[in-house]
Amino acid sequence: MTALVATIAYVLLLGIIILISFINDVHIDMRRDDPDFRVKQYRRSAVGLLVFAALFFALTFGSAYWYKDFMLGYGPHKAASEHGPEIDSLFNITLFFTGLVFVLATAALFWFAFKYRHVRGRVASQFAHSTKLEMIWTVVPALVMTILVVKGIVSWNKITADVSEDEEYLEIDITGQQFLWNIRYPGKDGKLGAKDFRLIEPGINELGQDWTDERNHDDFFAEELILPKGRKIKLRIYAKDVLHSVFLPHFRVKMDAVPGMPTYAVFTPTMTTEEYRRRLAKTKTYQRPADPDDPESDPLWKVFDFELACAELCGIGHSSMRRVVKVVEPEEFDKWFSQQKSYYMENIRFTEHDPYKDKLLPQEISQRKSDFETRFNRALSAEEEAKRSIELRHVEFKTGSAELSPLSRYELDFVVEALKAHPNIRLEIAGHTDNVGNEEMNQKLSLARAKAVYDYLVSKGIAPDRLKTVGYGATQPKASNASESGRSANRRIELKIIK
Amino acid sequence: MAKVQALDYDVDKYLEEQGYDDHFHEHEHGDKYKVSFISKYIFSTDHKTIAKQYLITGMAWAFIGAFFSLIFRLQLGFPDMDLSWLRPILGGWININSEGVGSLSPDFYYAMVTIHGTVLVFFVLTAGLSGTFSNFLIPLQIGARDMASPFLNMLSYWFFFLASVIMLLSLFLESGPFAGGWVAYPPLSALPQAMMGSGMGMNLWLFSLVFFVVSVLLGGLNYITTVINLRTKGMSFWRLPLTVWSFFVTAIIGLLSFPVLVAGFVLLLLDRLLGTSFYLSDIFIAGEPLHHVGGSPILYQHLFWFLGHPEVYIIILPAMGIVSEVMSTHARRPIFGYKAMVYSIIAIGFLSFLVWAHHMFVSGMDPFLANFFILFTLIIAVPSAVKVFNWITTLYKGNIHLTVPMLFAIGFVSFFISGGLTGLFLGNAPIDIQMHDTYFVVAHFHIVMGVAAFFGMFAGIYHWFPKMFGRYMNQTLGKIHFWLTIVAAYMVFWPMHYLGVAGVPRRYYTFDSFVNFSQFDTLNQIITIFAFVGFTAQLLFAFNFFYSIFYGKKVSERNPYRANTLEWSAPTNPGHGNWPGKLPVVHRWPYDFHKNGSDYRPQYVPLDPDERDVH
Ligand code: HEM
Ligand SMILES: [Cu+2]
Ligand SMILES: [Cu+2]
Repeated sequence: MTALVATIAYVLLLGIIILISFINDVHIDMRRDDPDFRVKQYRRSAVGLLVFAALFFALTFGSAYWYKDFMLGYGPHKAASEHGPEIDSLFNITLFFTGLVFVLATAALFWFAFKYRHVRGRVASQFAHSTKLEMIWTVVPALVMTILVVKGIVSWNKITADVSEDEEYLEIDITGQQFLWNIRYPGKDGKLGAKDFRLIEPGINELGQDWTDERNHDDFFAEELILPKGRKIKLRIYAKDVLHSVFLPHFRVKMDAVPGMPTYAVFTPTMTTEEYRRRLAKTKTYQRPADPDDPESDPLWKVFDFELACAELCGIGHSSMRRVVKVVEPEEFDKWFSQQKSYYMENIRFTEHDPYKDKLLPQEISQRKSDFETRFNRALSAEEEAKRSIELRHVEFKTGSAELSPLSRYELDFVVEALKAHPNIRLEIAGHTDNVGNEEMNQKLSLARAKAVYDYLVSKGIAPDRLKTVGYGATQPKASNASESGRSANRRIELKIIK
Repeated sequence: MAKVQALDYDVDKYLEEQGYDDHFHEHEHGDKYKVSFISKYIFSTDHKTIAKQYLITGMAWAFIGAFFSLIFRLQLGFPDMDLSWLRPILGGWININSEGVGSLSPDFYYAMVTIHGTVLVFFVLTAGLSGTFSNFLIPLQIGARDMASPFLNMLSYWFFFLASVIMLLSLFLESGPFAGGWVAYPPLSALPQAMMGSGMGMNLWLFSLVFFVVSVLLGGLNYITTVINLRTKGMSFWRLPLTVWSFFVTAIIGLLSFPVLVAGFVLLLLDRLLGTSFYLSDIFIAGEPLHHVGGSPILYQHLFWFLGHPEVYIIILPAMGIVSEVMSTHARRPIFGYKAMVYSIIAIGFLSFLVWAHHMFVSGMDPFLANFFILFTLIIAVPSAVKVFNWITTLYKGNIHLTVPMLFAIGFVSFFISGGLTGLFLGNAPIDIQMHDTYFVVAHFHIVMGVAAFFGMFAGIYHWFPKMFGRYMNQTLGKIHFWLTIVAAYMVFWPMHYLGVAGVPRRYYTFDSFVNFSQFDTLNQIITIFAFVGFTAQLLFAFNFFYSIFYGKKVSERNPYRANTLEWSAPTNPGHGNWPGKLPVVHRWPYDFHKNGSDYRPQYVPLDPDERDVH
């Protein structure tokens, strides 16, 4: 109903405008032989142009002032990166020259249109060519352009320079996909691991990381782009599907993400999020409530965050590709960084996706070894006989069988070493199971498993008379058999040291 | 102060006594210009009819494109508005939620943005502007009876028509038209699984534009040949009106750059349809890796912008020519710096081929290349500046008749100043890092190209309407059209600079997800409201245009503006062949206004004994 009324009103308005125009044109036509009338007509348009120019200037400067607190580079907004001020100053120099030309040329245009409008008896000038004038307005712009070009080129090459070999910097992988950014940090080795789009498995290996590349093993992902203030950052930028573009407006950083062609952006943040917020807090604009409809809501400066946006059309979710960017003090960053868990270790290791699931990695071996040695030595030196026993934490068997899992050999090798280092000790190898299945079977299984360990040790050159095997079945649970984790703890091999 | 004589030249006498007899009559009843209804109004080979066909088809597209912009501006200015009332027109493009509130779906938001950009750039501002005026004016202003090949000329229009039909069809696809932006960057445009519009919509988009390019090439070939070969006696290159100069250079630019675009499109089609890998590599999409390796999306961007940048000058040069002509005629004063104008048209044409990668500073191309593109891009500002200063000086000490075409010409210069200057920001790569793909770019190109070119086109339509249709348009409506349009256009596009400097990216369906981009509701509302005001003005224009064709005041004098160019020496409604008898012979350049005490001296008037044709 309202739509109908509005439409009718609109059409009516158009009709009235048209009607008035027709009446006016008849009026103009009737007086077409009156030269004064025409002069008056032109005068009206000329005054209109002048008023327009005045309003135009007023609105231009007024609105620029009105919005200045939102303009990056103005008001409270200072570039938050090392190269940022350079871009801003080039912007301002360009603004100065273009502003000057804009004002002068626009003023001249409208003023001449007003001043030299047709009046009776006016004779137009013949002035149609002036080599001097034309030289001036060719050469002066050319000189200004030279300044801008030189400054622009110098800045450009500085800003886009890649990091050099001997420099300290933090590398971060930013990979765009429809419609989110993956943010990957290099982990403790400081290096990002290799990847290949053919290895991508959604939900498992989002980036197609090649797990045989050890540099991948400590890489981790973050939900926010966390950056240390004052350190050089190199963003390695990738795209999985279509073009995207990494845009960090407050840092004056933008670079497209291109499938099949890695790109990069180098910059150094100079302000923490907190510092930036404090700058904003000083202006009225940012003291307003963030939600205009709720006067109680937090002020705008408080909800402010640096943001990462996508700046290349990538499909219907283009406008939702946001990540918060948080710049923190370097100490805080280091602390956060050291607490992050490697994606590989947490989510891939020993799963079917792990190419090394049948093998231990060097650092895992040394970790396990020192764990084993600590416990072994503790047991060796224990006073009470009950404490002279250690559990083989990483010796495992297939369900219902006495076949050693491939990874068991690492710990058994430690045992071999320990026996060789202490030639005068002997071991009792004790097998335990959970309570699933019947007792007799469990008894047999536990003994068979102990025997498997025995066989392995003997095969590695340990004298058989130093070893003895026992099968306890489910008789000595160390945890409750009611839960799977308890049952798993109960299935074990223990070694008792006999001096 | 010398008194100026208001002369009326007896055209027919001049033509009869001075004209050049090409024995036109002897052919008149032969095959060449045979006329039946169909060949007069539909499959016409008359350049004047073809011009009108271009104009009217262009206007139809302008309204479709503008209508789309209103809808997506509603989404940006008033995202919560209930759009269910648009269902009868847009059907499934409007989603209705459980409460019956309608909103624009993002797929169709992007479809509208894309079609808006494509049709305005190619169909309206290339075909509708250059197609219309090159066709209409070249033969009439150089004293030719028609184009070099009227038949190819007709073919050129009908290829454009075919392109239009295909594009129009794509709007009715279930999956909608192409939606990946007017620049159609792959992989988004290459992979149907990337978005809805990249399926059939994209095929039709590509076919449509390939036919469009055929049309441009046929047209351009004709314009060039005609200007070179069919100039009447005495019409040397240095006596060509600036309109013809600009159409001529435009056609050359088009001829050299459009084929590159077609090459780019063909490779894209191959990637899409035959599984080649020109632009595609290392892609994992919709849950699976694709087989493509080794291609480069950047290659497409180079091919596209190798046309894309010249294209913006293909759009603006004809408008510049029209404005020069209109300004000089209505200021009753020779154009200032005629030769400098010609040289800058040529310089712009030449340089426009050396700047394309300024659209690609942050595309991932080697940053070293940017050095050259910064240099050439800023150099191109020099001839642009020269033109602006020359227009302004043409007004200086003029005797300015502020008619509707003159108002639009002045508006053109204002927009060209405002928008051209922001090019200097964008052309300087360090600044472009920040401004690229923000609203700053949207402001820049709409002002310098969109609005300025439209103003040039309006100046041309109002100025030559009497020649085209033998009637006048309504002046008062014309003035209302001018004032509403200039105010609305600035109110729509000026604030976008602020959005851009604030970092707001372009091509966003909504700003809600970002703290920093969602602070501009009022600004976006103002923009949208003025978009409606501007559209209203165009409705008035359309009414004025079509009404005046049939019922406008009849033109009673052959040369109502007392202009110097040859088209005004032809009868008010020239038949096919333009001059019924002899062709005019040219004795002077086209801008002899207020010379030696006479108000104007048309080009066919011989020099006085003591007069020299120097300029
Ligand atoms: C002083 C002269 C000019 C310079 C230095 C200049 C520079 C630029 C630059 C560097 C860009 C790329 C911005 C970006 O995407 O980041 C651009 C965009 C654009 N310019 Fe200009 N320009 C000038 C004049 C013009 C003219 C005269 C036109 C048309 C008549 C024009 C039309 C465009 C268009 C259409 C785009 C945007 C294309 C898109 O991304 O969709 N420019 N200009
Ligand atoms: Cu994206
Ligand atoms: Cu360009």
